[in-house]
Amino acid sequence: MVARRIAIASPVNVAGETAPQTLRGPGWDGRFTVLILFLPPALLLFTLFVVLPIGEAAWYSAFNWNGFGRPTNWIGLDNYRFVLETRAFWLALRNNGLIIAVSLAIQLPLALALALMLAEKFRGAVALRMLFFMPYILAEIATGLIFSFVYDGDYGLVASIWRTFGAEPPHLLASTDTAMLAVLIVVVWKYFGFHMMLFIAALQSLDKSLVEAARIDGATRTQTLRHVVIPLLYPTIRLSVFFAIIGSLQLFDLVMPLTRGGPADSSNTMVSFLYNNGISRMRVGYGSAIGVILFAICVTFAFTYKRWFMRDE
Amino acid sequence: MRLLGKLGLAAVACLLWASSASADTTVKWLHIEVNPAQVKIWEEVARSYEASHPGVKVEMQFLENEAYKAKLPTILQSKDRPHIIYSWAGGVLKTQIEAGVLEDITDSVKSGGYSDTIAPAALAAFTQNGRVFGLPIALSQVGFLYNKDLMAKGNVDASKIKTWDDLLGAVKTLKAAGVTPIVVGGADKWPLHFYWTHLAVRIGGKPAFDAALKGENGGFAGETFQKSGELFKQLVDLQPFQNGFLGFKNPQAVGYFGDGKAAMILAISSFYHTQRALAADKVGLSDDKLGWFDFPVVPGGKGEPSDTLGGITGWLITKGAPKEATDFLKFFISKDVQARLAAGNFIVPVVKGGEAGLNSAFMKQIAANLAKSNYHQNFYDQSLGPSVGRVVNDVTAEIAGGSMSPQDAAKAIQAAYKQGN
Repeated sequence: MVARRIAIASPVNVAGETAPQTLRGPGWDGRFTVLILFLPPALLLFTLFVVLPIGEAAWYSAFNWNGFGRPTNWIGLDNYRFVLETRAFWLALRNNGLIIAVSLAIQLPLALALALMLAEKFRGAVALRMLFFMPYILAEIATGLIFSFVYDGDYGLVASIWRTFGAEPPHLLASTDTAMLAVLIVVVWKYFGFHMMLFIAALQSLDKSLVEAARIDGATRTQTLRHVVIPLLYPTIRLSVFFAIIGSLQLFDLVMPLTRGGPADSSNTMVSFLYNNGISRMRVGYGSAIGVILFAICVTFAFTYKRWFMRDE
Repeated sequence: MRLLGKLGLAAVACLLWASSASADTTVKWLHIEVNPAQVKIWEEVARSYEASHPGVKVEMQFLENEAYKAKLPTILQSKDRPHIIYSWAGGVLKTQIEAGVLEDITDSVKSGGYSDTIAPAALAAFTQNGRVFGLPIALSQVGFLYNKDLMAKGNVDASKIKTWDDLLGAVKTLKAAGVTPIVVGGADKWPLHFYWTHLAVRIGGKPAFDAALKGENGGFAGETFQKSGELFKQLVDLQPFQNGFLGFKNPQAVGYFGDGKAAMILAISSFYHTQRALAADKVGLSDDKLGWFDFPVVPGGKGEPSDTLGGITGWLITKGAPKEATDFLKFFISKDVQARLAAGNFIVPVVKGGEAGLNSAFMKQIAANLAKSNYHQNFYDQSLGPSVGRVVNDVTAEIAGGSMSPQDAAKAIQAAYKQGN
């Protein structure tokens, strides 16, 4: 590992040290042409579809506006105050926290364990991988609808399981105590396959000789796993964690068909809260304020995470 | 050169085609109706209008209810907006008028005495400051539909349910007899808001609502609206609804009633019809098994027993629509078409003479109720506009779920009303 790193690094060093003058001139020119040619389209698209909408949302969030005509009723930061005063906002934030916690504490370990088993070559491995990956392929809305039938307290699968034990089946989605739990189960079910696939891909591209070397040195299976395989997986795990957290913050289309954020806002996420309170109520300013807050959370997280954990990549 | 010539020819051809096409007018009509039987009649009306008006084409577009409400502000401000759109009148209509996205059709509606054929109260819902922006198509009433067999099983005489306490008593008796008293689509929230708002109509009548709009007597946090919540809570505390009612969407709940699994449902009069389609066997309850009683009165309440809660729905003409759009709408809202829709039990007509088409005793009774009502309160979630109306829906669902007190609910509505206005 160490040797390889030096091997990759050295040409750069050599080029940089020996002939800086001669290389920099034409190199910069070439890069400049590339920049002139290739940057504007990307920059234009990025500005049009990312920067401008964010700016607009920030602008709208200072108005009490229902979406008709031009916003005129300037209320400064009041929308932010209204959002922070809403109990449902804090519930939504808590729920996003719960989703992140469950993703990290249950979903990723589960995905990793399965990946470690299924990365080996044995009969049926590919079929099992496909099977676990299936939920991820399914559209979110379809998943939500399927599970709303599964959870149905009268006709659903859960109800019939309950009845075989002679108990009165609960309506999981209709109670403030269980609705979020039901959503969390679906989230884990839906996305563990995706993370499993990431891990399998990483495991398969691992340098097998390192594992073999550990074996020859007399390391047990657990020791190999703990001290060789998992450390080698760190880059992928960090990426997986990143995806899981950003995905959790943006969760929306699973929640809508299942509970629409209800009952009594108990299963709202930030985005479904934005939809229910901003868009359905035609309060564009208020909704924009929620959007800006969510954006701030995501950006802060993404940059901090990159800076702290993903510096090497 | 040859290629250029060809291109030139093609361009000329295009121009010619375009100009000939623009001689025809297309009326774009956006609707949210999901009942294919009713849409079929509309289609036929459109085709017959096209036949008698050469050069005019009526094009129907569909959007789902919730999607329609969410997209409407954007749709209305696009250049390609539809000409005729659906409306529940009330606060949303008011906003649209103020934003200037609707066409003033007063002159066309008044000409030839057309406006006199329409029930004045229904037309008034689409009129602001004497200017007309749309036409009503139907009225509906909220009240209790009940299953005669299940009521008999619980030994409850539905015709004796006159006061709120009678209703509470009936719920207790039915529960004791092992019958689910009431089914409700709590996940959609608005079916629950009927309880709270109809109680407010009974307790305070029209004066209380008008005063609240002006912010008098504590607005929507005032006594009338707190009491509505308290009485509603009395009902909720009896656990009258089916298990898991907060997870039921309205179509599910109506189907549950149609399947004969609950004794009552607080219904819009049109559920009389939709319970058949939504029942598991697609047959539902037949007329002889189905009964109706008006929402019970509250002793000491200022509202008249004849006051009604319900919908006034209709069609609006958008700004810049061709005059053919208004003309078609007048053709559509006419005695003949109304009678035809009434005959299918789809609507309670708003055009005079349209009620001749009503052929079921049930719909005739609803029409009679509406005719003698002096105060027809439009659904709160429509009349107050989405920013306040949705809050009414939310808090009534919270009272039903036991997570909010009637006092806090009333305060939350007043807070939303103040924030939005």
